[in-house]
Amino acid sequence: MKAHYPLLIIGAGPAGLSAAIVAAEHGLDVAVIDDQAAPGGQIYRAIESISPERIKQLGGDYQRGHELVAQFRASSAEYHPHTSVWSLNDRQEIGILTQDQTRIITADHVLLANGAMERPIPFKGWTLPGVMNAGAGQVMFKQAGIIPEDGVVMAGSGPLLLLLAWQYLHAGVKIRALLDTSPYNNLLRALPHLPRALMAHHYITRGLHYQNMIKLAGVPIIKGVSRLSAHGDNKLEKISYRRHGKTHEIETDLLLVHFGVVPQTHLSRAAGCRHSWDNNQQCLRPQLDEWGATSQPGLFIAGDNAGIGGARTAEHAGRLAAFQVLFQQGIIDQAQRDREANKDRKWMRDDLHIRPFLEKLFRHPWGLLAKTDDDTIVCRCEEITAGQIRAEFQHGHEASNQVKFITRSGMGPCQGRQCMLAVAHILANESNQPMHDDAFYKVRPPVTPLTLGQLASLYPEEQE
Amino acid sequence: MFKFPQEDNPDTVTVTIEGSEVSVPRNCSVAAAVLVSAIGHTRTTPVSNSPRAPLCMMGVCYECLMVIDGQANRRACQETVREGMRIERQQGVGPTR
Ligand code: FES
Repeated sequence: MKAHYPLLIIGAGPAGLSAAIVAAEHGLDVAVIDDQAAPGGQIYRAIESISPERIKQLGGDYQRGHELVAQFRASSAEYHPHTSVWSLNDRQEIGILTQDQTRIITADHVLLANGAMERPIPFKGWTLPGVMNAGAGQVMFKQAGIIPEDGVVMAGSGPLLLLLAWQYLHAGVKIRALLDTSPYNNLLRALPHLPRALMAHHYITRGLHYQNMIKLAGVPIIKGVSRLSAHGDNKLEKISYRRHGKTHEIETDLLLVHFGVVPQTHLSRAAGCRHSWDNNQQCLRPQLDEWGATSQPGLFIAGDNAGIGGARTAEHAGRLAAFQVLFQQGIIDQAQRDREANKDRKWMRDDLHIRPFLEKLFRHPWGLLAKTDDDTIVCRCEEITAGQIRAEFQHGHEASNQVKFITRSGMGPCQGRQCMLAVAHILANESNQPMHDDAFYKVRPPVTPLTLGQLASLYPEEQE
Repeated sequence: MFKFPQEDNPDTVTVTIEGSEVSVPRNCSVAAAVLVSAIGHTRTTPVSNSPRAPLCMMGVCYECLMVIDGQANRRACQETVREGMRIERQQGVGPTR
């Protein structure tokens, strides 16, 4: 790895890969660094090593990754897997960790394309072994065909839940139930957006197809579920939920939950980029111009960490950022930039027609986000409950950051990734305020925990 | 909780999970191997000693911290299995060096 690049891309998913392909085609010295072992991001994970059999089970969308990764491999872009980023600042200095060594490298332009993560929503028992994210189940399925051994209950709201259920059925997994936590009236609220959504109707056709196949397979799809809870001594034994005023229980050793995905913002916030609360997507997202440029000069964002748009939109957003970087570095002229960009913009416009419909259809009720039971753990790392957060609010600590320093919520190894949304929602609910741009913990580097040994490797001369 | 597929019999490596030797597919993560091995949990928490297991499998929750080849605080979901790897649960903050 060099000490400096004209363009450094963080993340090897669809946005990062497509940006790298464009940049390399134009002769730019570009490097892609990524936490994972192989390119593809979460969406096309393990695309190079997967068996043809499993590709069939995963469905058509996944195969698009083949083309993209092959083009990337054939390009002149440098690729550094197993490399994570622990700091990023407004001087385009990037702190990286690779093979247990830390380093700081620099770049003229940085493209952050580190994608989304599943939205964490705390509920009673969610820390029990046997409760996992649905995306985690899908990761294992892609990696090595690993499937639930003895049946699974799936719960939550979002397209991935249906997709994974469909994929599991193909692989012969027993799905005990699919619990839908989105409120009944979501559909009504989504209907006005249906005409526009029909312009990207393949998404809807596919969703309905999945749902039908799941029903046909005899899986109970249970709508209007609230108060999902996991129970067990040291591991999951059963789950319970409320529906129509009654409590129901299902015995299971595995619960996979999914509440949609949200942008990963730790790095962009550490770098000081401006972010705002998006009430439609119910998440924090960076403020970007039409090329993906952030409020920090030289720092671009593309893909789902810019706001949730999905894999195909991410690809085009990555290309747009690359064209602007090429233009700013004097490699292409404005006319060429705009000509190229027009195609991508058209594609994105068509693809994004589906989003308002999906956002309404899978919108989470305020109660689920903000009215967490007092005895439920919110910060998993430091084991801080919703009740403790509320108690601090009562003591006059009304901001996330204050609560963080007093309770240590958000100060464990995950650095608040799992609890920042929940803490902000709980505090907003206590103060009767809507969510806002500054409702969250502040982020300081390092954004991932480093050992003393790893930090010491930054200063090799002093070690001797 | 989880099992490997029957259909393909891929290349495997042998690793030791909590003292028992198991053979697992070459391209799977340590966390996946552990979930299939059914040892139940991957770590206990420093605060209350409660058992925890992987949540996200994509590197963002840090619930999968394990002691791998003697090194504490490794995210098991981000590491690929290697022949002869020694994988142990992390108790609390893990062994301090
Ligand atoms: S399972 Fe979440 S970081 Fe490894």
